[in-house]
Amino acid sequence: MIAYIFRRLCYGVLILIGVNLFTFLLFFAVNTPDDMARINIGGQRVTADAIARWKAERGYDKPLFVNTEASGSDKWTDTIFYQRSVPLLAMNFGTADSGHDINREIRNRMGPSLALALPTFVLGILVSVSFSLMLVFFRATRLDFWGVVLCVVLLSISSLFYIIAGQWLFAKTLNLVPYSGFSWGLDVVKFLALPVVVALIARLGPEARFYRTLFLEEINKDYVRTARAKGLSERVVLFRHVLRNAMLPILTSTVSAIPLLFMGSLIAESFFGIPGLGSYTIDAINSQDFSIVRAMVFLGSVLYIVGLILADVSYTLADPRIRFE
Amino acid sequence: MPKFVFLWTDIALWLMALATVVYACYVRRSPNLRQTWSRVTRDAPAMCAGVVLLVFVLIGLTDSIHYRSALPAALDAPAGTPTAYSPIVKSALEGWLSDTTLTKPERRFSAPLATRQFVKESVLTDTGVVREYRPLIHAGTHLSSPDAPRMGDITVRALSGMAVGAGASLVLLVILIGLHARRAGGWGSACHRIVHNDTDLPVRAIWLTAFIMLLVVGAVGGLSTGYHVLGTDQTGNDVLWRAVRSIRTALIIGSLTTLAMLPPALILGISAGYFKGRIDDAIQYVYTTLTSIPGVLLVAACVLLMQAFIDNNPGLFPTSAQRADLRLFLLCMILGLTGWAGLCRMLRAETLKLRELEYVQAARAFGVSNASIMWRHILPNVMHIVLITVVLEFSALVLYEAVLSYLGIGVDPTMASFGSMIDASRVDMSRDPMVWWSLLTAFVFMLALVLAANLFADAVRAAFDPRSTFFRVRRRPYGVTVKGAA
Repeated sequence: MIAYIFRRLCYGVLILIGVNLFTFLLFFAVNTPDDMARINIGGQRVTADAIARWKAERGYDKPLFVNTEASGSDKWTDTIFYQRSVPLLAMNFGTADSGHDINREIRNRMGPSLALALPTFVLGILVSVSFSLMLVFFRATRLDFWGVVLCVVLLSISSLFYIIAGQWLFAKTLNLVPYSGFSWGLDVVKFLALPVVVALIARLGPEARFYRTLFLEEINKDYVRTARAKGLSERVVLFRHVLRNAMLPILTSTVSAIPLLFMGSLIAESFFGIPGLGSYTIDAINSQDFSIVRAMVFLGSVLYIVGLILADVSYTLADPRIRFE
Repeated sequence: MPKFVFLWTDIALWLMALATVVYACYVRRSPNLRQTWSRVTRDAPAMCAGVVLLVFVLIGLTDSIHYRSALPAALDAPAGTPTAYSPIVKSALEGWLSDTTLTKPERRFSAPLATRQFVKESVLTDTGVVREYRPLIHAGTHLSSPDAPRMGDITVRALSGMAVGAGASLVLLVILIGLHARRAGGWGSACHRIVHNDTDLPVRAIWLTAFIMLLVVGAVGGLSTGYHVLGTDQTGNDVLWRAVRSIRTALIIGSLTTLAMLPPALILGISAGYFKGRIDDAIQYVYTTLTSIPGVLLVAACVLLMQAFIDNNPGLFPTSAQRADLRLFLLCMILGLTGWAGLCRMLRAETLKLRELEYVQAARAFGVSNASIMWRHILPNVMHIVLITVVLEFSALVLYEAVLSYLGIGVDPTMASFGSMIDASRVDMSRDPMVWWSLLTAFVFMLALVLAANLFADAVRAAFDPRSTFFRVRRRPYGVTVKGAA
C-alpha cells in the first residue's frame, strides 16, 4: 500500500510540473510582461519608463528561459522562469504584483473559507442523501414523482438566483441575518447561516437526483431481493443494505472534493463578503494580478491531486473487493 | 440594399442548424437510429421541451442574420459614389421589430407597463426646475395623457394579441391533424386519436405547449405595441428585448462550446483507447494535467489573455459588434478547449472496450489500416456518448455563462446575456424602492430555456444510454387487437 501511494505521489508531482509549465507558458509566453505592465499601470500613464520600472520592481525584466548575459549556473537561475516557477513547487508563492506576500494572505484567508465550506459540505451530503433516500423509500409514488420534478426545476436555476433571492428574502425583507460580512466568535453563526442554507438548496437538485439513481441502481440487485426474501422490513433493507453499498460511489466523489474545500467558493464568498480565498481570487482576477491567479491555480491543482489520492485510498479501505495494484 | 455582415458566431450557429437538418435526414434513412430517436419523440415531456427549445432556436437564428443598413446618399454627392453604410450592425429580428416599443430605449428605469419613469428627474419648466416622474418617450404615447386610466387599453391589447395567438394555434392544429390524417385514415379518426392521446407522436401535448406559448407570445406582442411589457433597465433599454437578445448568446455558448470540445476529445480519446501503451500514457497525462487546474481559474486566465490581445489589436474590428462577437466566439473556444477532458476520458474507456470486440479484430485481420478502423468501426459506435454529452452540456454551459459574466470574464459587456442581466440587476435590487423586473425576466427566460434543455437531454440520455433500461408500457395501438390474446 505504501508503494502504491508513493507511486501515485510521484505521478502527482509529475502532473504538478506539467501544470507549472503550462501556466508559465500561458501567462508569460503568450502574454509578454510588457502587456501585463500595460494592463496594470493602465490608461494614459503607460510610458516606456513606467513599464520598465514596473517590470524591474517585480523582477519581470529578466529573460524568460536563458540569461545569456549571466555566467555559470546564473545563466539558468537568473531568469523569470526559474525565479517564478521553481519556488511554486516548494509552495512558496512569493509576492503579488501589488506587493504583498501571497503565502501570508493564503494562511489568513483559509480560515474563513473553511468556516463556510466545511458546514456546507457536511450538511450538503446529509441533506442530499436523506432527501434522495426518502424519494427511494417512496419510489414509484406521487411523492417520488414530484420530488424528481422539484430536483429538475432546482437544478435548472442558476446559483446566482438562489443567492440574490436568499439575500433579498432573509436579509432585506425579514431582517433575520446580516446582508453580508464576516467576523469570528459567536457572530460567525449569524454571518454564515444564510450562505450555508443557500448553498444547501442550490446543491440539493443535482445531488439528490444523482444519489437517487445510484440508490435505484443498487435496489435492483440480487442481494436486495435476497434480503427482502429473508423477510427483512423495507426500512432495514434500505438503510442497512442499500445505503451501505451505494455509499461507495458517493464516497469517491465526496472524498476527492474535501481538499478543494480550502479553496473556498468564488461566487458565495464574493456575494456574502467573506474574506476567504475565493474572494481573494476574484479580486485578483478583477485587478488582473497574474501572480495571485497563478498561485491559486497551482494551489488548486495540488489540492485536486491530493483529493484524487485520498479518494483512491478511501475507496480501497471501504471496499474490501478492491486491492492495490 | 443593406450590406450583410457575417459574424463568426452567426456562421457557426447557421452551420450548426444546417448540420442538425442533415443529421435529421440521416436519422430518417437509418432504421436503427430512427428506432432510438423514436423513443425520444414518443416521450411527451421531451417533446414539449422540444417545442419550447424550437421557439428559442428560431428566435436565436433570426437574431443571427446581421446587416448594416445603407445610409441615404448625401445631397451633393456625384453619381457613382459608393453607398455609405451605417456603422451600427443590426440583426434581422431587430429590423423586423423596429416598430414596437421593444427596440426603442427610454431615458431611465421604468416599471412594467408604466407610462412614467420610475425615478424622479429634474426638469426645466417655465416656472423653474421641478423634480418629477417624467413621461416615457415611447410607451403609452397613444393615451390622451400619461396619467389617463389605461387598464382598459392594456386589457384590449393583451386580449387582441392572445386572439391572434389562439388563431395561429388553431392553424397549427389543422396542420397537425392534416399531417396525421393520412396515417390515421381520415380526419375524423385523426381528431379522435389526438384528443385521446393515442398517437405515436404526443400530438396533444405538443399542441397544448404550442398553444400556451402562442397565447403568451401573443399577449406580450400585443402589449409591446404600446408599452414596455417588462419595464426598462438603468439605461432605459427594454428589459424584455434584452432577454430576447440574450437567447442568442446563451444558444451560442451552449452549442458552439461543445462543438469546439469535440475535435480534441474525439481524436485524443479514440487514439488513446485504440493504441494504448505510450500514446495512451501521454494523452492521459495531458488531460489529467488539464483537469487538475481549477476550471474557472483556467478560463479566467485564458480570458484575461484574450482581452489583452483584443486591447492590443483594436484595428482588427471595424465595428464594436464585431469585437463583441469575436470575444464571444473566442470565449466558446476557450471553454471548449479547456473542457474536453471529461468527454475524452469517457471515449477512451469506451474505445478500450470496443477495440477488443470481434468486428474490430476481424477488420484488423483483414489488414484495414488503423485510421480507417477508427473512422469506420470505432467512431460510429461511440457517437451515442458524444450525443449524450452534447445535450447534457448545453444546459450546464448556459448556467456557467451567467457565473462567468458575473465574474467579469464572460461575454463583452455590450452584448446582451443572462449573466450580464443578473449582474446588473443585483445593483438594481438594492435600490429603494426595489427594481425587481429585470431579475425576474432573466429568471423566467433562463428557467424556461434550461428546464426545457434538461428535460430534452434526459429523454435523449434515456434513449441512447445502453445502461438505462427503458421499460415503458405502451398502450395497444388504436384499433388493433393483439393477435393470440384470446
